Amino acid sequence: MARLSVAPRSADFSKFGTFLEDYQRRIQATPPGMCPVALQLDLLRAGGCQTCGKCVPCREGIPQLEALLQDVLDFNAGPEALDEMRTTAMAIRESADCAIGYHAADTFLAAMDTFEEEFVSHVSEGACQEGVEQTIPCVTQCPAHVNIPAYIAMAGKGDYAGAVNMIRKDNPFPTMCALVCEHPCEEVCRRNLIDAPVNIRGIKRFAVDMAPADEVPVPAALPATGKKIAIVGGGPSGMTCAYYLALMGHSVTIFEGRKQLGGMTRYGIPAYRFPRELLDRDIRAVLSAGDITVKLNTWMHKEDEERICSEFDAVYVAVGAQIGKTLRLEGSDAEGVMSAVELLSRIGDDDYPDFTGKKVAIIGGGNVAMDCCRTAVRLGADEVTCVYRRRIDDMTALPSEIESAMQEGVEMMCLQAPDSIEVDENGHCAALITQPQMIGPVRGGRPSPMKANKPKRRIPADIVLIAVGQDIMSLRIGMPVKSRKLYEADDSLKAEGFTNVFVGGDCQTGPATVIRAIAAGKVAAFNIDEFLGFNHEIDYGVTPPAAKINDRTPKGRCEIVERPARERKHDFEGVEEPMSTEEALQECGRCLRCDHFGCGAVEEGWIQYV
Amino acid sequence: MSNDFNFVKVTVDGKEVQGVEGMPILAACNMAGVQIPTLCYLAGVSNVGSCRICVVEVEGTDGLVAACNTPIFDGMVIKTNTPRVIAARRENLKTILATHRSECTTCKRSGNCALQKLANQFNIADLPYDPAYPEEWWDPDFPLQRDASKCIRCMRCVAECAKVQHCEVWEMSGPAANRGICVKNGLSITEAGCSLCGQCITHCPTGALTARDDTDKILAALADPEVITVVQVAPAVRTAWGEQLGLTPEQATPGRMAAAMRALGFDYVYDTDFAADLTIMEEASEFIEWVKEGKPRPMFTSCCPGWVRFAKQHYPQFVPQLSTSKSPHQMMGAVVKNTMAKEAAEQGKRLFCLSIMPCVAKKYECDVPQLSTEAGPDVDAVITTREFNRMIRMFGIDAAALPETKFDDPLGLSTGAGTIFGRTGGVMEAALRSAAYFLTGENPAFTVCDTTAATPNRPWVDKEIEVAGLHLKIAISSGLQNTSQLLDALEAGEVSYDFVEVMACPGGCVGGGGQPIVFNEERAAGRAKILNKLDGADKLRYSHENPDIQALYDKWVGKPLSETAEEWLHTDQASWDI
Repeated sequence: MARLSVAPRSADFSKFGTFLEDYQRRIQATPPGMCPVALQLDLLRAGGCQTCGKCVPCREGIPQLEALLQDVLDFNAGPEALDEMRTTAMAIRESADCAIGYHAADTFLAAMDTFEEEFVSHVSEGACQEGVEQTIPCVTQCPAHVNIPAYIAMAGKGDYAGAVNMIRKDNPFPTMCALVCEHPCEEVCRRNLIDAPVNIRGIKRFAVDMAPADEVPVPAALPATGKKIAIVGGGPSGMTCAYYLALMGHSVTIFEGRKQLGGMTRYGIPAYRFPRELLDRDIRAVLSAGDITVKLNTWMHKEDEERICSEFDAVYVAVGAQIGKTLRLEGSDAEGVMSAVELLSRIGDDDYPDFTGKKVAIIGGGNVAMDCCRTAVRLGADEVTCVYRRRIDDMTALPSEIESAMQEGVEMMCLQAPDSIEVDENGHCAALITQPQMIGPVRGGRPSPMKANKPKRRIPADIVLIAVGQDIMSLRIGMPVKSRKLYEADDSLKAEGFTNVFVGGDCQTGPATVIRAIAAGKVAAFNIDEFLGFNHEIDYGVTPPAAKINDRTPKGRCEIVERPARERKHDFEGVEEPMSTEEALQECGRCLRCDHFGCGAVEEGWIQYV
Repeated sequence: MSNDFNFVKVTVDGKEVQGVEGMPILAACNMAGVQIPTLCYLAGVSNVGSCRICVVEVEGTDGLVAACNTPIFDGMVIKTNTPRVIAARRENLKTILATHRSECTTCKRSGNCALQKLANQFNIADLPYDPAYPEEWWDPDFPLQRDASKCIRCMRCVAECAKVQHCEVWEMSGPAANRGICVKNGLSITEAGCSLCGQCITHCPTGALTARDDTDKILAALADPEVITVVQVAPAVRTAWGEQLGLTPEQATPGRMAAAMRALGFDYVYDTDFAADLTIMEEASEFIEWVKEGKPRPMFTSCCPGWVRFAKQHYPQFVPQLSTSKSPHQMMGAVVKNTMAKEAAEQGKRLFCLSIMPCVAKKYECDVPQLSTEAGPDVDAVITTREFNRMIRMFGIDAAALPETKFDDPLGLSTGAGTIFGRTGGVMEAALRSAAYFLTGENPAFTVCDTTAATPNRPWVDKEIEVAGLHLKIAISSGLQNTSQLLDALEAGEVSYDFVEVMACPGGCVGGGGQPIVFNEERAAGRAKILNKLDGADKLRYSHENPDIQALYDKWVGKPLSETAEEWLHTDQASWDI
């Protein structure tokens, strides 16, 4: 026998790769509604199977913990089991020799706290808590609970208008979501198990390209009820609420402060991401729903709002979160320093400043920061730098947005905290001074930056854009406000302390996604209808097509591509290239129709929404 | 959207058939004459595809598909009996059996258990797994019994209760593989809004859901020399009692049924049909009073305790509009106890009243304390048609060979009007026949009162009739989902009626929860035809023409709605314990 060998010690470990990918995929496809206790058993078993068997805590402790947990899962254990499990887990955590043991216990202990109510329910009620049951993944994760499998099937059959109307059952902005939705639906797509999530947004984009929203008639409005509803704010949430209320036969008036409708989808999202003409298609369709009056350029004051509360039968406040947060930096009042919101809202009304030859620095790492970066490039800036105090991985912007910005020539300068702004003799901003950071301990789930022992950096800048978040408008009509300066409402979106006022969208949640604002508008509309003494049901005239048998063959996911960076960075035309019919059909064919297969076949599989 | 049918061609085991696009494979296989075994599939109610027994091969598809819920497409090539299909069905049966307590020797469903039949069909002899099944405590006194160890989690009861019977008593709950059937929201069955219709029992494929067996009580009464046993039998029982005794419909006559009861040793064999006539006398009179006094309409029939329980628990606002007339078997019990007790006491004996009913809810009804009279509870025990069958088998009675006998007098003579009580619309029809007579002094034509169009396939059917210058609107509903739709429409003011008949079970008592179970067959409509035939052949077809009814009023009760009638024959359902 030779003294040494190049053969791996474990021949099979080198083959683990694809199986670990499968493992990963299964984790990604974790079904919404899964029992948290079951998840913990799953995790614990993984730990137990990974133990090397040397030390007592891990080798003996984890299997014992597993047995206890199995009893708890099966409702065969009493309340004392929780203490026993905690004691065992503590011992493993304290005395395990390596991370395989103490990490398993650490996770388990954290879960016992996080999911305490579910654990208690198992041992004292002999049941899971209400709501612990599996439902259709994409439909569940979509805040508006759009019937995604149904519209995918319709698009797959070439019924694009049907797909648009199927979306409208739960979301009157199919075009908007086709372009700018963050598609939480895709994250949990069961197709993850086979290859990758279905490109749901891509399919929707294809459907609205083929059947423009303003050419697909909305359902006929129900007979007039004589009820009047005021909506404050003409953004996605307010317009959604208006759409459903108008279809139900109510008379709706939208009060909008700006020149045009659209809210942050016009005054926050640049046209290259969401061409204005496409936004207008959705708006035209929404306004065709029934008795909707729009009052533009109508900023509401306290007394106006008090007036509408008595003049209208109900009011929905959806004023958004449109005030850009500021940073207290030395020199931040210099000319050339502005908030992201200020720039993006200017271009919302097609007022494009000229940045030709300018050096632009953007502070922030979210989607709004990326919007500013890419807008600055298009406005002719010579140099665009994104300054962020954490790492690229920590940015909250979508990875694809970061990638696109970089392709367009934006430099990501990470681990740089803004320190001050250098002002020239004319009071104009000359540079952004930053303090380098190092990444440190995880706090609140994210690694936090701290001051690095490195010299300050000077980033020459004629323009500094601050994109570090938004606040809501000034407070009105004595509506209660939470600590984060948000309007308060219960889960039905009824504003606390009012009889006929509902509130939702960004001003109630803080800056969030378009689809969450839409969902809030829908919730408010149906609850206002009920508040007014009705229980209207709207016939959308669409039924989901029968499911085809699953195609289990793994296939790649067709992505939406952007026009070449060298072309797109010079204009504000839409950046995305449409999918081809072949691509869209292949994507439709990848859908596993979870509305038909698995729990979707039983009523419990459906989110009971409206 | 289009309503046009798209015809497509599929091949089933080599045979080409034409079907409609979107129809399930199962239906296409039926068209091809190929039977697919099913277990969880409940036609028109549940096709969740959970048991995977109906799996078939579809060419070009990776994996087998469920025939019950996979739609066909043009050119589909289906193979239903390949070794691969058989192997999958067998394995699935084995895993089901591993969590099912297969104690067939002592199981009430032995012999008509769908799982047992499949296990035999697929030659499942040895199980590779150690059986492990959940045990769960259940209130032994409740008329509906559940044995968790026999539940195969097919979800048929969940669907039947929610979709057909509106009560949503059952739900699936529990994490991951522990997901199982239980009473909703962790409630006890006694507080879950159960109507006790028993439809979950008749749609359960195994012995997981059964009616409480009370035959021991009957055996004890029969054995007690100090007890005079009085038995009565409901109209609907005569349509089904012979089904599982090997009797042809021609053999299973009411006379032979009476003979079978006599053979069991009962001292008096009476017919609930008689009491149905009595109910009509009271209820028709009550209805006329309602109309004349302008009481809130509609008046609802009340002879179905499943409906009364449903109303009390789900639509209490309608309870004051229930007819106060007791159900026929309770009336019979009250009459027996109040007219025969003295005589019995003189002999040093006491009376034991048994009702043989197609019903589970009547097990509850006979125990409702508020129904007792001075003479004690009207009825001492209720057994289902299935228990009646068990007793006949136990006593080794060759029913087919029994000579027909009459029911005992004076509580054994009945009219066709009483007989049709057992089907949906029957109570209404019988009541109209007599109400019209009471109002006009003349018997109406049968066609005027005819309700044979009543069906559980529609939420309700209605009819308008003119009697003595009165314009009456009546409606008939059976099945509680149907009923809830009718009640919602009444409450919303979308419809208005004067008189409404409700039966909890789809099709009425003939489809009752206590009737013999035939897996995946709805027999109510066929059994109703037997009742209609008996009615048509009866010489007496108006309750008020029953001479023994007239005699009962003359001797004991006076006239309908008299003080004695109120005491013996009426009740206040609102006061009933649930």
